[in-house]
Parts: sequence; structure tokens; C-alpha cells
Amino acid sequence: MSRNVPIRVRMAEYHIGRAPEQLITIGLGSCIGIALYDSLNKLGGLVHIMLPENKKGLCPAKYADSGIHLLIDEMLKAGASRRKLVAKIAGGAHMFSSAGELSIQVGQRNIEAVERVLQEEKIQLLAKDVGEDYGRTMEFYTEDGRVLIRSYKKGKKIL
Amino acid sequence: MEGGFLKNLSSLQKDALKEIGNVGAGNAATAFAQFLDCKIEMTVPSVEILSISEVPEITGGMEKVVVGVLLSVLGEAPGSILLILSEESTVNLLEIVLEQNIDLTGLDEVQTSAVKEIGNILAGSYLNALNQMTGFNLIQSVPAFCYDMAGAILSSSMIPISEESDYALLIETKFIKGDSEIEGYFFLIPNHGSLEKILGSLGLETNE
Repeated sequence: MSRNVPIRVRMAEYHIGRAPEQLITIGLGSCIGIALYDSLNKLGGLVHIMLPENKKGLCPAKYADSGIHLLIDEMLKAGASRRKLVAKIAGGAHMFSSAGELSIQVGQRNIEAVERVLQEEKIQLLAKDVGEDYGRTMEFYTEDGRVLIRSYKKGKKIL
Repeated sequence: MEGGFLKNLSSLQKDALKEIGNVGAGNAATAFAQFLDCKIEMTVPSVEILSISEVPEITGGMEKVVVGVLLSVLGEAPGSILLILSEESTVNLLEIVLEQNIDLTGLDEVQTSAVKEIGNILAGSYLNALNQMTGFNLIQSVPAFCYDMAGAILSSSMIPISEESDYALLIETKFIKGDSEIEGYFFLIPNHGSLEKILGSLGLETNE
């Protein structure tokens, strides 16, 4: 029984994992982690986006729109069934307490963009832990699609 | 452009940025020392050019809970200034400044604003030095406070630059109080386009 080392997904990156692999993204602030799961093929994908829209054609995994599309494409290539895909998301917090901050709305804008893109792609959003003012770490178990959220302020939670 | 400019900085340009960090942080360290009435040492600033994905790891331990104070830099060369303090350092700092016992999990408004004020003083003296060197008139915004995972604080602080670039340039200095009870990271994070202006003001124009 070899214990799996989770696959790290850093900011503006994505990875795909097959059961029994785990995917993890650490320190989501206003960023959002989007976990897509195909329970039939036990295939999961996780992307860590920072911003809502890719206007300049930069690194696709950095943005909600291009990041989700990229992840869907890569999962299909890896053998996922398009109709089986479901989503769980976490993040989109408002980290810094102050008025007039530039990034003040980014968390909220990210949440809206992610939900809109998922809806456009007809991917059901099964669960979310978004908003508020605290950072989160997301552990995604491709064996059963479970997502564990860890946070300093609110402890653990399973999506 | 995804950061070609940053990757093509000459060693002269990098040295100039380090020097800015050096004078800025020197100024800030002096202000800090006066404020605390004790000796503060600082490391020679480093100039780091990182892909955005690497930034949250820069202070080590992304899930380590730290205190962050974030300020926007406004003026000719906009950007951000981020101060990161360990939990222990924050407690020590506040106990010196406020002369009371501190429980980080339940900071009141006075205690939070004392931390913000420390960020404010450091940023102000840093920018003062930068202004003298460049002839700019940079000012800082009201500070914002956060107490959470280092990775979440650092990643959220990268939002303004990540709109324009996949790379970040950080001018980083570490402050250490003599007996190392207080340790902090201080980052200057220029927005896209600001570096060119800073270098230009020093007569080190970029080719692009």
C-alpha cells in the first residue's frame, strides 16, 4: 500500500489526477480552485485561477474563463466523459480588510465568473465554499470526488 | 508580452533596483528602529524575478499563518508594498509598542491599527528614499491588514500585477531585531510599466 503524495497545483496552474491520486492547491485567497470530477472514470482535474477574464491571452490557467476551458479540454483528452463532469469550487475571499483597495472586488468577481463559465459549459456545480475573508487549502480525492477544505479561521470542511 | 522585459533586465539594471531596495529599506529600518527604540538589522535586499506561480512560496511554508500589511503605491510608478510578519514577531512587536499582553486570535481594533501603522511607517520611509532617488512623488494608500495563511496573503497581493504579466519582480528585504525576536519580509512589487519608469528616472532606460 503506497501512500500517495498529492499532486500540487500552484497558482495559475492545473493538473489532472486519476484514482487514487490526490490533487491539492494551497493558500487560495481571492483566487479560486475549481475541481472537476468524472465519477465514471474516476478522473479529476484541478485549476487554480486568479482573475475572471483572460483579455490579453496570457497564461490560460490564470483566468476563470480560459482556465476552465483548458481544464475541460485536458480532461477530455485524458479520457473523461464530458457529460459526467461536475464541479466543486473554493476561494474567492476578500483577504485584506480596508476600504478603497484595488483588489477589493476580485474575489467576488472571480466567483461570478467561475459560476457563469460553469453554467455556460453546462457543468453542474455540486458544492462551493466561497467568499468571506479567509484563505483556504483544497484537497481533492479523485477516488470519490471528495474535496476537503482546510482553513486557519474555520477549520476543516468537506465538500 | 509575458515578462520578456523582466527576464531581459541587465545586471546593471538589477543592481540599480537592488540599490533602490537598499536605500529604501535602510531608511525604513532606521524609522523602525526609532519607533521601537532598539537596533534593527536588515539583510541586503534581493531582487527576485519569479513566475507568478512561485510567489506564494517565497516566505516558505504557504500554510504558515502570518500577518500581512498591504499598501498600494500611488503616483508615477504605481505598485504595492507588502509587509509580512510571523505570528511571533507580531506579538513581540505589539508588546513593545502597546506594552500589553497580546492574543493574536482576538486582536482588537487598536492592536490591528498598531500593526497597520508599522506598515505605514515602513512604507512611508521606503518611498521617501525612492522619491529622493527618482524625483518621483510616490505616496502610499491606507494600509490593509490580514492575518491568515502566507500563501493566501501573497497570492492575493499579486492580483494587481497579474492582470498584465505572468511574472513578478519583488524587491525583498528581511528585517531582524538584534536578538531576532522580530523578523519580517518587506516587498516592493512594482506594477507593470513602473519598473521601466523607475529605471528610466535613473538613466537606465530599457531597450523595449
